[in-house]
Amino acid sequence: MELCDMSAVELGRLLRKGEITSREVTLSALRRIEEKESDLKAYITVTADLALEMADRADRRFRNGEEVSPLEGIPVAVKDVLCTEGIRTTCGSRILADYVPPYHATAVRKVLESGAVLLGKTNMDEFGMGSSTENSAFGPTHNPADPERVPGGSSGGSAAAVAAGETVIALGSDTGGSIRLPAAYCGVVGLKPTYGRVSRFGLIAYASSLDQVGPIARTVEDCALLLECVSGHDRRDTTSAGAQKRGFADTLKRGVRGLRIGLPREYFVEGLDPKIRDRILEAVRLLERNGGRIVDVSLPHTKYAISAYYLIATAEASSNLARYDGVRYGYRTDRDVSDTVRMVEVTRSEGFGREVKRRIILGTYVLSAGYYDAYYLKAQKVRTLVKQDFDRALELVDCMIAPVSPFSPFRLGEKTEDPLQMYLVDVYTVSLNLAGLPGLSLPCGNADGLPVGMQIIGRPFDEATVLRVGYAYEQMRALE
Amino acid sequence: MEFEPVICFETHVELKTNRKLFCDCAVTYDAAPNSSICPVCTAQPGALPILNRKAVELALKAGLALDCDINRLSRFARKNYFYPDLPKGYQISQYERPFCEHGHLEIPGDNGQTHSVGIRRIHLEEDAGKLVHSASSLGASDFSLVDYNRAGVPLLEIVGDHERNPLRSLQEARTYLEKLRQIIRYIEVSDCIIEKGQFRSDVNISLRKKGARDFGHRAEIKNMTSFRFISDALEYEIKRQSEILRSGGVVLQETRLFDEQRKVTVPMRSKEDAPDYRYFPDPDLVEVEAGRDLINRIRETLPEMPDQKVLRLTGEYGIPRDDILILTRERETSDYFAACAPQCRDTVRLGRWIIRDLFNLLNEKHMTIVDCPVGPGDFSELINLLDQGAITDPMARSMLKEMFDRRCTPESLLTDSAYRPIKDPHVLEKYAEEVLAEHPEAVSKIRNGAMEPVNFLVGQVMRKTKGKADAKKVRSLIQEKLGI
Repeated sequence: MELCDMSAVELGRLLRKGEITSREVTLSALRRIEEKESDLKAYITVTADLALEMADRADRRFRNGEEVSPLEGIPVAVKDVLCTEGIRTTCGSRILADYVPPYHATAVRKVLESGAVLLGKTNMDEFGMGSSTENSAFGPTHNPADPERVPGGSSGGSAAAVAAGETVIALGSDTGGSIRLPAAYCGVVGLKPTYGRVSRFGLIAYASSLDQVGPIARTVEDCALLLECVSGHDRRDTTSAGAQKRGFADTLKRGVRGLRIGLPREYFVEGLDPKIRDRILEAVRLLERNGGRIVDVSLPHTKYAISAYYLIATAEASSNLARYDGVRYGYRTDRDVSDTVRMVEVTRSEGFGREVKRRIILGTYVLSAGYYDAYYLKAQKVRTLVKQDFDRALELVDCMIAPVSPFSPFRLGEKTEDPLQMYLVDVYTVSLNLAGLPGLSLPCGNADGLPVGMQIIGRPFDEATVLRVGYAYEQMRALE
Repeated sequence: MEFEPVICFETHVELKTNRKLFCDCAVTYDAAPNSSICPVCTAQPGALPILNRKAVELALKAGLALDCDINRLSRFARKNYFYPDLPKGYQISQYERPFCEHGHLEIPGDNGQTHSVGIRRIHLEEDAGKLVHSASSLGASDFSLVDYNRAGVPLLEIVGDHERNPLRSLQEARTYLEKLRQIIRYIEVSDCIIEKGQFRSDVNISLRKKGARDFGHRAEIKNMTSFRFISDALEYEIKRQSEILRSGGVVLQETRLFDEQRKVTVPMRSKEDAPDYRYFPDPDLVEVEAGRDLINRIRETLPEMPDQKVLRLTGEYGIPRDDILILTRERETSDYFAACAPQCRDTVRLGRWIIRDLFNLLNEKHMTIVDCPVGPGDFSELINLLDQGAITDPMARSMLKEMFDRRCTPESLLTDSAYRPIKDPHVLEKYAEEVLAEHPEAVSKIRNGAMEPVNFLVGQVMRKTKGKADAKKVRSLIQEKLGI
């Protein structure tokens, strides 16, 4: 196994013992990028020189016996939705193709302060809008499991890079499933934390009440480490939770004995690919054999979640994306225009991709006079009902298990003709964003040679239980 | 006139905070363009707002001073529209649950009775940046520049309620704005300096038949600053709307702008073009709680309000009402008076001297009373010396000038012979006789019954003594000598 294919935990052990250097690990990842990038296109920007500089710094700290964090010297890739000071940040869009942020996102700053080595910025659906990474202005990313298929989206670049060894760990973002879906499609582990767990300062906003930054890695424990690093209250994000108890890694290895695990019956109905259903139920039985108690639960408002999500997300997006007007930064049209109104119109028409424009128009309509009550307000009420479903169910159980996607990774171009078809890919993931709950996606087998992922859903701020169940399952699978 | 105006203001007041409303940038005036900006107030991708708590406290203070109900929970909302000086493409303002509602401001009405003008709401919002055009007007310019120093500065919007005792005339409108400005300055929520754009109003005016209960269509005139222009604009509008109504026409409900050169209002946009701001609660900010403890704490910081102060000072010190109004117009002036009064025997004289002599000197030197180099203690001492007759009026005036320039006490000046009054009757007599000899025409006029020339002769003696004689003594001396 190459260094770039190993886990952060294992690499950390070897680095501390002095058996390897961070430079060696980084070079391993950079070589893999060179090998695979032309097939995968997971990265928008690779920061090779900076990475080696950072690796050398990490190596100096190891040599001097300085106190280091668990991520010291570990290569990390960052989804291009997070601002990196001095390093181009495009959000997958032409309108920010040459944008260089003057500041770091808080999550990025924390990761860099922990000594991790920045390999580059990964590809994504433009402004997070998409489920396949086909909406990027820089071309699609390919699934390492099958390059003719999508890696999922919108954090497709990060998930593919992790799966292919083009990085050890990565940061992604999730608004309606954008970490969990690509993690499932690429066969890696991804976590959407509780809303408010990780600061959104510097996360280029799609839907403010739904967005969260989260880790993507090849093991549950690596995810736990990266989550520990980036979480915490940030005064710069008013919606980030106050005093947070952490230490997810501490309870990771406690096993599932005695835990009550719910199966929401509305999630296991027609429309779910039977092979995927089978993989998930096999995983559930494995957990049961090892001491978990399986409980049937109901989430009756499930069928309204997608509509509520697309009304709320697009409404907030239409407002969040209003700042891209060509005045202060980013793309501005070359065309000779008569006044600022035309300049803004033409700039945005030329700079935004079709899906982004579609959602801005939809969101503007949802908020418009005469429709606000019927759409936006109504959707928020439905959101409350969806959340109440989860609150009630999570009183009966400690966590829940669900599919991530109703079907396997689809072919590139298969769903691009019908946007609604693409929206329905998110049925199993959007509810967690509406309810603000944590959700882990991890591999639970293959169907027709393609990765299948399952979701573990937890109570607010109970990432510890979610990670614990995930870790236990991961161990069980390794033994089988 | 058969129509009565219904006038209502929406006033924007720039808060007296050090920092902007949603970021740590300093609030500046006249600084180099774009020298006080950050990722938040220039709306860089990924930036988020952080609420400035001091601004909230000032908003609550204004609400309490204007007798409003304070909402326990209030929300911020996004007002969405595109303009180059609005970096996010939306303004963070308040919509459904502002901080304060249902207050009022009492003014003396035209009919002499107190008019309790309704305040509908007071809310917080951020200011936009400033556009500078390359030529004198937007139409003539090849390009415009944007300065974001002002973007994000906290504004308080104070909205009148046309359904509860609206303003009924130009005079009441002016009085309302002056009173509002006075109160906001009193409670130190804003300096309200009009020239710096810290006190701007949109005014709504409609006409209705005298005695009618429902409202006519209103014109909204935006972004007015000086009281003068507001008066001119309202006057023009009353004329314009009356003419339309009289000829049987319909006044359009619209937004207009005031043309300062031609002194007319012109349409800006009609109701059909009115933008849909698509207000919704800002998801980046949590609800703000104004609990009882906070409100009580802020209430305790409210100073005595101008009306209360006028009543109390009139009662306590017996100073004429007109003088009291001037003394209480600005809080700093009344604070100065309040510091002097307990030390002075003659508070009426004290009041006069502040209003006339102290103000004259301050104006001359372009100072405000806050910068006055003569403290209340020394000033009181000066007044007391005058009261005792230890010095004369003209001497007191020159002493005051010296105290200003040299920052010295009155006592230290008394040792100077220039400030010792001439009390010696022989000296006074000599001067009096000189003057009588030099002005025989005046003397004969007096002997023929005229009294006016006596003042003239007294004045001449005062000149000879360089103001060091006691004017009263001089007058009785002259009258004695002329046998009157």
